[in-house]
Parts: sequence; C-alpha cells; structure tokens
Amino acid sequence: MNTNRLDANAKKKRAYSIFSAVVVIILAILFTFPLYWIITGSFKTGAEINSTVPVWFPSEWDMGNYQRLMTKRTAPLFDMNIPLISVSAFGYTLNLGGMTITGPTVPAAIRWLINTVFMSVGSMLITCLTAAMAGYVLAKKRFLGKTIIFSLVVCAMALPKQVILIPLLREMSALNLYDTIWAVIFPIVGWPFGVFLLKQFAEGIPTEMVEACRIDGAGEWRTFTDVMFPMIKPGVGACAIFTFINSWNDYFMQLIMLTSNKNLTISLGIATMQGESSTDYGLLMAGAALASVPIIIVFLIFQKYFTKGITMGAVKG
Amino acid sequence: MSTKKISISQKSRRLMIRETTTSYLFLLPFLVFFVMFVVYPMFMCVYTSFFDATMGREDIFIGFDNYKTLFNDEVFWVALKNTLIIVIVSVPVTCAFSLWVASAISKMHVAATSAFRCIFYLPVVTGSVAVTMVWKWMYNNYYGIFNYLGNKTGLLEQNINWLGDERYALGCIILILLTTSVGQPIVLYVSALDNVDKSLVEAAEVDGATELQAFWKIKWPQMMPTTLYILVITTINSFQCFALIQLLTLGGPNNSTMTIMYYIYYNAFKLYKYGYGNAMGVILAIIIAILSAVQFKMGQEK
Repeated sequence: MNTNRLDANAKKKRAYSIFSAVVVIILAILFTFPLYWIITGSFKTGAEINSTVPVWFPSEWDMGNYQRLMTKRTAPLFDMNIPLISVSAFGYTLNLGGMTITGPTVPAAIRWLINTVFMSVGSMLITCLTAAMAGYVLAKKRFLGKTIIFSLVVCAMALPKQVILIPLLREMSALNLYDTIWAVIFPIVGWPFGVFLLKQFAEGIPTEMVEACRIDGAGEWRTFTDVMFPMIKPGVGACAIFTFINSWNDYFMQLIMLTSNKNLTISLGIATMQGESSTDYGLLMAGAALASVPIIIVFLIFQKYFTKGITMGAVKG
Repeated sequence: MSTKKISISQKSRRLMIRETTTSYLFLLPFLVFFVMFVVYPMFMCVYTSFFDATMGREDIFIGFDNYKTLFNDEVFWVALKNTLIIVIVSVPVTCAFSLWVASAISKMHVAATSAFRCIFYLPVVTGSVAVTMVWKWMYNNYYGIFNYLGNKTGLLEQNINWLGDERYALGCIILILLTTSVGQPIVLYVSALDNVDKSLVEAAEVDGATELQAFWKIKWPQMMPTTLYILVITTINSFQCFALIQLLTLGGPNNSTMTIMYYIYYNAFKLYKYGYGNAMGVILAIIIAILSAVQFKMGQEK
C-alpha cells in the first residue's frame, strides 16, 4: 500500500518534471524568437519582409538592408576640437590650435558604433575605479559621515533615474557638455549601483587581511592596490560587465543628451532612422542587429560575472 | 590618571581625523560624480518644481502652482491610471512567471540551467531599441506575424491594428515589457533556490511532504527577501517604462498608452515645461517611495 503510494508519487513527479521541461523549452523558443526575427529579417529582401505570409527563413542572404543602412547617412570617422590658445609676448601674438581635425567620411552607423563603444568602455572604466575605491572605504573604514553617505547611496538607487533628467539636461548645458558623449558617461559614473555592489563584495574580505598589510608598513594606497583590489576582482568584473551592458542600452539618457548626427549612439541612431523610414523594416532590422549582436556576444562571453553581479547586488538589497 | 586619559582620547581623536581624511580621499572621485550628477539634480528637481521654468529665460517662482495644475490635468490622471495598470498587471505576472521558470530550470543539469537563464535574459541584453523595432514589425497591421498567426488559427476574423487600437495598445506594450523584465528575477530566484537549506527540504520529504508542500512551507519563506527585492525592482522598472512608448505609440492612440514617464518627457522635452515636468517627477518619486515602503513593511510582517 505504502510502496504503491510512493510509486504513484514518483510517477506524478516524473510526469510533472517532463511537462515543465517541455513548457520551459517552448517558452525559451518564444523568448529567442524576436532575436531570430531581427537577424534573419536583416537579410531578407523587401518582398520577403513585406509579404503577408511570413518567410520563416530567408531564401537567399541579401545584403541590401545593410547596404542601405551604410549609405543612408554619413558622418566623419572622428573629429577633434583643438581649442584656440593665444600667446602674446613682445608685442607679437602667436595663435595655436583653434581648429578642428576631421576624419574621413564614413557611413554614420560606423561612427555611431565607435561612439557607443567609447561611451560604454569609458563609463565602465571610470565606474569601476571610483566604485572600487568608494566601496572599499565604505566597507572597511570607520569615519565621520559614513552613515549619511551610505543612506544617500541607497536612497538614490531606489529613485527612478529618469526623474533627474530635466535638471541634468540644464546642468549639462551650463557645463557645455550637452551633445557630447561625456554628458551620457558622467551620470552613469555617478549612479551608485557599482559602489553598492563593491561594498557588498569588500565586506566579504576579512578585515585582518587589510590590517596585516597595514602592520607590515604598507600605506593606504598600497593596501588598496596590492591587497584589496586583487581580492575584490570578481566583484569589479561583475561591476564592469554590468555597467558596460547597461550603458550600451541606456536609451533615455542618450535620447535627451545627444542630438547631432555625428554624436549619436547606435541605438539612438537606429531610433532616429525609424522616424524617417518607419516602415522599412529590413533597414530597421539591419540596424537592430548591428546594435544588439555585439552586446549579446559580450554578454555571452562574460555571463558568469554578470549573473554574479545581479545576485551580489541583491543580497541585503 | 586624568592626564593619561586625555592623551589617549587625543590620540584616538587624531587617529579618527586621519582615518576620516584618508577615507574621503578614497571617496572623492566617486563623490564628485555622485554629488554633481545625482544628488544635485535630485535637489534641483524638487526646487525647480516650484518655478515656471523653460528654455532661454529666468525661472519665475510660482509656489505650488505646478502642483495645482497637475491635479487638474486630465491627461496626468489618465497617465497615472495607465501606469498603475502596467504596474498592477506586470509585477505579479513577472514574479509568478519567473518563480515558476526558476524552479523548473533549477532542477535541471547545471549546463541546462545556465543556458536557460541566458535565454530568458536575452531580451534585456538585446536593448530596448532593437527589441522595440522587431516587436513593431511583429505587431504590424499587414505584415505582422501576430495577425498572420491569428488568422491562420482562426482566432482573428480580420487583421487587427494592434498598436493603433485603443483597446489593445496598452496590452501590447505590457506584453513586451513582460518579456524584457523577467530576466533578472529568474537569475535571482535560481540563486535563491540554490541557497535554500537542503537538509530541511530532505527532512520534509522523509516525513512524507509532497513537493508542493515542501515548496510552500520550506522554500518559499526562505526566499522571502529575494521576493521582496524582486517586487521592488520590478515595480520601479514598470514605472519607468518609457522607450517602448516613445518608439511605438507616443502615448496614443487617444492617450491610451500615456504613462507618467512619457508624459514627463513630453512636457519637458517637447513643450519645454521644465518646472511642470519636475513637479510630475517629484510626485512619481513619492509614489514609488510609498509603494516600496509598503512592500518592505508587508515583507517584514510575513
């Protein structure tokens, strides 16, 4: 009797786990479908895109969409402003700089990709450095005002970031940073998630390690670079990949801060193109593929760190 | 005796000052960015909400007028209603869905767990613009895959203009939002399920508890902090739903997809009513703060 019930129970359990596996696989297919549709769509011809019966797989890999994406808009590959410097001496005035160096004209999408990479890498590097230093101090030191700073950090994290965009826009115009990549990078660096994450991480490092190092005569900076930093490296990795992906995809900030064609990021550029040719889905899919495939590859390579970052940031959240 | 005491306290005081100085030197790079680009704008947001502020002229102090206008603004109430609908639908669905998926995949082989975790995270990584573009195409009136499938299976009698129809537009937005918001909760739940005390679960199973009982009586209470965190972040995310609306419907048709976030954007960056937009931002922040506090309270009581 008892064994029978156990048997039935085991059977039920087995049936349920098969059922749930099937459902999860179906869901997984549905979740990958939009990405599949972007990538295949970017290679379809206009006729295949606009057919009422969906073409599940492109019959031939057509590059036309990418060609249109590349020729539609152009921008200089790079440009540098060298400010004017005047040196006056003995009645002579020497003017140095005051010119703009402009690179060769390339498809705008390339320039947008360069901008996006620069923005993401820039905010990643600065965030990691500042957050590691601040997180170490907040976790391991006792000083006046620590509680206030930490509560400000937590409060800021709970606020919707977009609420501060209007004052931020005016501030950036006042600082002459409006419509430059820095206007996007600086607020990301100021966003305290990285500090929070690395504080959590640094708290896991035994304080004795830090103290032992101090007793051995290392200065504050040496203690940080030689002992603390190597030990919180996994946390820094998580912070890096998290910041990189988030700034790549942070559309709202880019939309408000960047306006001129040469300063757009790839996702903003695609969104702008959508305004002009809203029904050319082939072109839009090519742009979407260009914006998303690089970041997906980065994510897949570093996903272990990324998962760690998500879970670490939530502990005691 | 007393002189010795003073010298100790003086020494410790000097130590404290030194510690504080070095600590602030380490904090300085972060604090510069944090204060300039987060804290200062936060205060300016509240401050400017009492002004009639726009581009190219001095702000004029108007007291609570922005807030008064706000409470009489019909579109604001519609936006608030739509935002709350999005939150009320998407938060429970996201939590339940991700809990179920996480518990299903956490029992699988390690490689399978991590593969599925990646797949459900993909829509987040793909980025809001790319995701929105492809959904726009899938929702399309003529070439969209939804209308094709609906007609093929006989569910639809004629093509529906999904995003152009007041009755469906908000639902369509919520569906996209759901696919892009379950990624993080799934990751969190998988790791929370991993951390559940296994011996308790085994003990319960020996005592004859079914899997469902073991789940609700043992695993669920242990995962309460994670659930709480997920509730808070999902609520904040749903309030911030913006890119979808800006790229797909612009708040239309007939304000049926107008949300607070988009209305703030519309007022501030299309009509240049900075003060008014800030007043809305303040109200939004207060609503989110209250909701988060309530969620925390509820979680702690349980």
